[in-house]
Amino acid sequence: MIQHHVAAFLVSCLLHNLSAHHRLQSYPHMWFLSLATEVKTRLTAFCLLAYFLFKDLIMASRLGLNSQFIDRARAAASDIAQNMDSFIRKRTTASMERTTLRLFGVDGADDEGVPYPNRFVDQLVEHKMLQEGASRSLLKAMIHTGADVQDVVEAVTAGEIDLSKLPEIDEATIHELGDRLAKEAADRIQMRVDERNSALASSEMRDGPLHYVIVATGNIYEDVVQAQVAARQGADIIAVIRTTGQSLLDYVPYGATTEGYGGTYATQENFRIMRQGLDEVGEELGRYIRLCNYCSGLCMPEIAAMGALERLDVMLNDALYGILFRDINPERTFIDQYFSRMINAYAGVIINTGEDNYLTTADAVEAAHTVLASQFINEQFALRSGLPAEQMGLGHAMEMNPSLEGGFLLELAQAELAREVFPDAPLKYMPPTKYMTGNIFKGHIQDALFNLIGGWTNQGIQLLGMMTEAMHTPHMGDRYLALENARYVMNNIRGLGDEISYKEGGVIQKRAQQVLEEGMELLERVREKGLFDELADGTFADVFRPREGGKGRSGVVERSVDYYNPMEHELRMRLNLGNA
Amino acid sequence: MHKGCDNGRAFYSQYVSQQDIQEQEEDTMGTTGRTGATPPNLTQVRPYGDTLDDGQVQVSFTLPVPHGEEAKEAARQVASKMGLKKPRVYHSHDLGEGYSFFIVYGAFKKSIDFTSIKVAKVEAERMDFYEINDYIRQEIGRKVTILGACTGTDAHSVGIDAIMNMKGYAGEYGLERYPMLKAYNLGMQVLNEDLIAHAIEKNADALLVSQVVTQKDVHIKNLAELIDMLEAEGLRQKLVVVAGGPRISHKLALELGFDAGFGPGTTAPDVASFVVQEIKKRGLA
Repeated sequence: MIQHHVAAFLVSCLLHNLSAHHRLQSYPHMWFLSLATEVKTRLTAFCLLAYFLFKDLIMASRLGLNSQFIDRARAAASDIAQNMDSFIRKRTTASMERTTLRLFGVDGADDEGVPYPNRFVDQLVEHKMLQEGASRSLLKAMIHTGADVQDVVEAVTAGEIDLSKLPEIDEATIHELGDRLAKEAADRIQMRVDERNSALASSEMRDGPLHYVIVATGNIYEDVVQAQVAARQGADIIAVIRTTGQSLLDYVPYGATTEGYGGTYATQENFRIMRQGLDEVGEELGRYIRLCNYCSGLCMPEIAAMGALERLDVMLNDALYGILFRDINPERTFIDQYFSRMINAYAGVIINTGEDNYLTTADAVEAAHTVLASQFINEQFALRSGLPAEQMGLGHAMEMNPSLEGGFLLELAQAELAREVFPDAPLKYMPPTKYMTGNIFKGHIQDALFNLIGGWTNQGIQLLGMMTEAMHTPHMGDRYLALENARYVMNNIRGLGDEISYKEGGVIQKRAQQVLEEGMELLERVREKGLFDELADGTFADVFRPREGGKGRSGVVERSVDYYNPMEHELRMRLNLGNA
Repeated sequence: MHKGCDNGRAFYSQYVSQQDIQEQEEDTMGTTGRTGATPPNLTQVRPYGDTLDDGQVQVSFTLPVPHGEEAKEAARQVASKMGLKKPRVYHSHDLGEGYSFFIVYGAFKKSIDFTSIKVAKVEAERMDFYEINDYIRQEIGRKVTILGACTGTDAHSVGIDAIMNMKGYAGEYGLERYPMLKAYNLGMQVLNEDLIAHAIEKNADALLVSQVVTQKDVHIKNLAELIDMLEAEGLRQKLVVVAGGPRISHKLALELGFDAGFGPGTTAPDVASFVVQEIKKRGLA
């Protein structure tokens, strides 16, 4: 108790003597930055000294969290991910190999609309050669014919090259060409990263959660108009919702598309069109507008590659989502998320994870700890793909029944908990959807409370709620009202979070502590039993997914001893992940 | 502009046309000077703002025109063509890119005859969890098998989950919780042929089909296809087939050949009450 008072005294000294001290308790490193330029009085100097003496106390949890529980939860998640990593690294998938081809520059589709990467990989599957990886055959064919990547793939599609009948070529020559192609591909991605960084450097910096809205007209050209309007109304991130069912396609459609259901096809051309539209409006506004798409489903890593090449900034990319909500084979998903996350990591893409979805099927009060547990798991998988905390948009949501008495306190506790456990992650906070009713007036207030928590707890990405959720894809006017709502609430409460401390042993602290403890226990149980078994047992989202079940399992193979993927190797090197 | 009563009167006469006044006089005949709550004339019903028969409604919409006085006039004319008298554009906002948003109020002065309205409704008596289980025990005498699915490409399982899942929704247990039901939630993106295959395999009594995505009427096609396939298989008469979703009405469901349709706000007992009574009624027990 006395220690707390000392800490509180020191904090108050600092607060009175520094002019810039935002988020002091949760971001002590920022305090140093401001301090360096603003030491003005002796009292401040005293505080600095005292800070070092009592640093641990000042950094004590706002929620009274037991840091050992956080460490234990993280350690369990780390073991879970490590265990899975050794499974993943012995295998490849049809989609991972198609992705490699795409990064090497393969593009386009044949007369029947089948993309060339699919044609090439299908032939490998036919000749039972997928386990060697697509690169080996591609490179051999290139060396043999002297043709470039695209020509080889088109020749294979036309039946002019039989991949099973390529002559032997010495390993050094294959590797020389493979390394070159991989370096060129990685350099192309790096160019896109540089573009983004330079655009961001001259972009207006705004406080608070990024405002994320969706467009979903089905027509990419219509989407651009809606996105540009949204940008003018204050959107920071535009997500183009995919057409219903795309996640279950085992290929990525080609070219610009103007028809979709509940969304627009993710194609590389559509990415390019929207990127250009956002760059145009962003330049005019002096504000970089980020583009988001959905890197999930059977083509998860291919979408990542396309996004990297077209400078997308944010990608939905969850380790478990496809398994739970699209019934995609668990093995396939884990392998695909590994490779897709490496691409996202290197491309500087913020991934958004999908924990919020658990709460649409399971009860948000009871299942809160599964969200936390999954955040830990997603974090550890991301680290194993070289993705830094600053790019981890770990997901959660405000999905409790709004008629629950005191429910706001529980929602606030959850949001603060995520913020405290993952201090550097740009957390993705999802709005109410399950209890939106068609009463747009009430819905607008639900969204206002959601914005209140988002601003208060300084979430990273606020996925703005629409009053017409559960009714239709957002109208242009709905999006404006949602953005106005968020801007009003967040601007009006700016700084509120820094002013508030939570009552010791109060409802909020106790709730956060309980969720942490349950999440930790769940993770330790999953570690014991293995992630595959827990998924089969319905631990997450009340959904049961056996390891052998689901769509896309036939695309999973064990790598042979001569498996070769220079792209994976190059990315691992550049991400400091060590040898493939 | 609207500073007090006197100014208000001036404002009124300035902006209200002769025609408007005439219409108002005709339409408020029954309410001026009334001293108690006059019952509305149900053969001539209009929206109620703060006086009977004032016809007040609010609309909001976006127009693809640049913001300005012309845009506001355009919005007023849109409301006017909707049949709203004295439309007032209370709020407008420049959305950019040549789009403008409006909030408009106006008076709807036509009327509808409430007494002549007939709506297709699910006729079954609504029972609760215990009554439904008792009903099955007494009237059917065996467990009833119900399959639920969100079919076609639709990936929104939130509706079918609310009806089927053990925990239920809005304080009502889901069908999985009913001891006298064998309830199977097949989840989302279930193809019609797979649903039928499951129905045969599990010897189902009833199918619940949820459709959330309704863009370009994809749900109509999908629901109609299911009925066609069931008929082709000779299964239609042996099953109670129910559709549900935010844009599903009982009328639509009947038109598509379903036994019932349930819209927003439906909970598990609504559906279960209908299914078990329909089984009894059709002699499928």
